[in-house]
Amino acid sequence: MANWIPLWLHKLGSPPTFYRFAGSVRPWALALALVTGTIALYGGLVLAPADYQQGDAYRIIFIHVPSAWMSMFIYGVMGVAAFIALVWRIKLAEVVAMESAPIGAAFTFITLVTGSLWGRPMWGTWWTWDARLTSELVLLFLYLGVIGLYHAFEDRRQGARAAAFLAIIGIINVPIVHFSVNWWNTLHQGSTISIFGHSKMSGDMLWPLLLMMLATKLYYVASLFRRVRTDLLALESGKDWVRQIAESEVRL
Amino acid sequence: MTRASLSSACTAMLRRDLTLAWRRRGDIAMPVLYALIVTMLFPFALGPEDTLLQRIAGGVVLVTVLLAMLLALDAMFSSDIEDGSLEQLVIAPQPLALMLGMKILAHWLTTALPLIVISPLLAAMLHLPATVIPVLLLALLMATPLLSLLGAVLVALTAGTRRSGMLLALMLLPLCVPAVIFAAGAVAAAQQGLPWLAPIAWLGAALVLAVVLAPLACAAALRIALDA
Repeated sequence: MANWIPLWLHKLGSPPTFYRFAGSVRPWALALALVTGTIALYGGLVLAPADYQQGDAYRIIFIHVPSAWMSMFIYGVMGVAAFIALVWRIKLAEVVAMESAPIGAAFTFITLVTGSLWGRPMWGTWWTWDARLTSELVLLFLYLGVIGLYHAFEDRRQGARAAAFLAIIGIINVPIVHFSVNWWNTLHQGSTISIFGHSKMSGDMLWPLLLMMLATKLYYVASLFRRVRTDLLALESGKDWVRQIAESEVRL
Repeated sequence: MTRASLSSACTAMLRRDLTLAWRRRGDIAMPVLYALIVTMLFPFALGPEDTLLQRIAGGVVLVTVLLAMLLALDAMFSSDIEDGSLEQLVIAPQPLALMLGMKILAHWLTTALPLIVISPLLAAMLHLPATVIPVLLLALLMATPLLSLLGAVLVALTAGTRRSGMLLALMLLPLCVPAVIFAAGAVAAAQQGLPWLAPIAWLGAALVLAVVLAPLACAAALRIALDA
């Protein structure tokens, strides 16, 4: 009787159903994001002890690292949605891929800015041509390329498909860029947090970080759903369900 | 009507593109002139010290060649789109990927090869030691087809848009970071007397991969961009 899950997913692919679903999920995701984000920031900025070497300056980690994770996570989501959009030509997947790109670009930008603010007292420089920094910068350009290509077409669905193809090329290229740049030059520390092994970080610093990760994920869901809803209304503006929504809004 | 065999279709495609390029010889000379002028600007900007120029020569030549190729890339399909022959190619019975591969080869022969031919001159303008020049040529021979192939996929993606020049740069330059790193790495290693075969081998591996995959990706991209 587990038949309803694929059925429900199938239904969710249709724009009106997704529009309603996203509308009911979005406020909860946003509220939860705010609550967990506030707790995580309090835990990170007030409760967590200062670092024995970096003092209080390390606290930017609670913004920097979750943003960096999100920048890659969103690219992954975009790549998967782009693949679905190209293979099965699902309109919703196109919208999800294209609306993920600006959010991902914003997180990548935040990662670069906070990293540069952190680098100033720690490494003594705003910017260095280090492997991780460079691949993050390349990631930002990939996002911008996808956004630019999407907007270069007059037909939005065609633009979405072309940009989705570019996103897939980028996903093949990201590991190559990462390894080649690593081989070229590296200064950034390795990763401290490991999912399966023992993390090299104290527990009272770790929990705000993980909570912040959850908060950024929830924020992404809320932001994405809002963007997707707007985009669906614009894309389907000639359809019946949009007219019904518009009429009910007018009556209110 | 009999269907043309694959090999004859390939040679016809190649001959057509090369003839078209030859009829407009001035366009072939443009990237070469551009590369010469850009290289000439470096000593003006950085001062004519031999040691400094020698140190940056390899990288400058590589980046200049890359930019010159980018300049010419935009025109890869544009005339074929204007006169509709690209659509004929898409509906032709021959595999589109193979035909596009021939177009890419013709484009490489007409834009990258002249640049490779003058690259020793560019390197000599910046006092690159003569012993390093063969490595530079080898690196360019590996890296330029890679750029042509990768660029062709992106040009195909922008085929349905107007004014794609800057967009193309934004899309292509991040993707070709590895090619630049390995090509420059080989030249730098040769300049310091270190073994330079490993980066060249990486470039070769990437090139083999691109030769197989890029025409297929290019065909898929073109179908997306032309499908209205």
